[in-house]
Amino acid sequence: MLVPILKQGDYLIASVQSELSDEDLLKLRDELVKRVGELRSRGVIIDVTALYVMDSFATRTLRAIAHMIRLRGAETIIVGIQPEVAFTMVQLGLKLEGVMTALDLEEGLAYLQTLHTSKRR
Amino acid sequence: MADEVRVSINSEYDIVTARLKGRDLAAKLGFSSTELVVIATAISEIARNIVQYAKHGEISMSIIQQGSRSGIIITARDKGPGIPNINLAMQDGYSTGGGLGLGLPGAKRLMDEFEVTSKVGSGTTVTMKKWLR
Repeated sequence: MLVPILKQGDYLIASVQSELSDEDLLKLRDELVKRVGELRSRGVIIDVTALYVMDSFATRTLRAIAHMIRLRGAETIIVGIQPEVAFTMVQLGLKLEGVMTALDLEEGLAYLQTLHTSKRR
Repeated sequence: MADEVRVSINSEYDIVTARLKGRDLAAKLGFSSTELVVIATAISEIARNIVQYAKHGEISMSIIQQGSRSGIIITARDKGPGIPNINLAMQDGYSTGGGLGLGLPGAKRLMDEFEVTSKVGSGTTVTMKKWLR
């Protein structure tokens, strides 16, 4: 299952549509790291609303994506972690350290805009 | 046992199948939406352990009754290399496979009962249960 990546202005939005295999997650990582340069994006939003399992592999990969995107000069925000998923991640001991999160797509976009307005000053 | 679901684990794609089937079975029993995510995630962790360390194995899941309570039992079996030191493997952050080392200890925290038996050279069996509250 490929994750569609949309370009919206300075940002890229990756919306996860269904459960992802390990390989899908790695493809998403490679694709985002590449496109952020090609499209000169300043921010990336990964919408995980449709994900109901965020296990150690998914968490590790999302964290890696955020760190790689930062090395490419852009910021990543993970949006849409469901309450059940958040509960399970905490029980499992999974952390998204150093990764920005927001409630949903709208909040994520607003967050990126604030980041870039303050950078321009 | 009635309603036994078996999923053969041979590739990372089977991890997704196993957790979907486990969630469906648990949903039949009436677990809450949070517990369904918890159970599916625990299955995901033990299924990945099979793919990572043993390459092939099987996960079987069924509904169990014990007195007045009912629950789900999930067993993951493989004939892989086995775990030399289970106590170490059950420690947070310990991994020989380059992961976060949260698979087994994490799955244990998610479930009500958790047991690992393993013999070096002949394989590993993980049995875990979650009771309906």
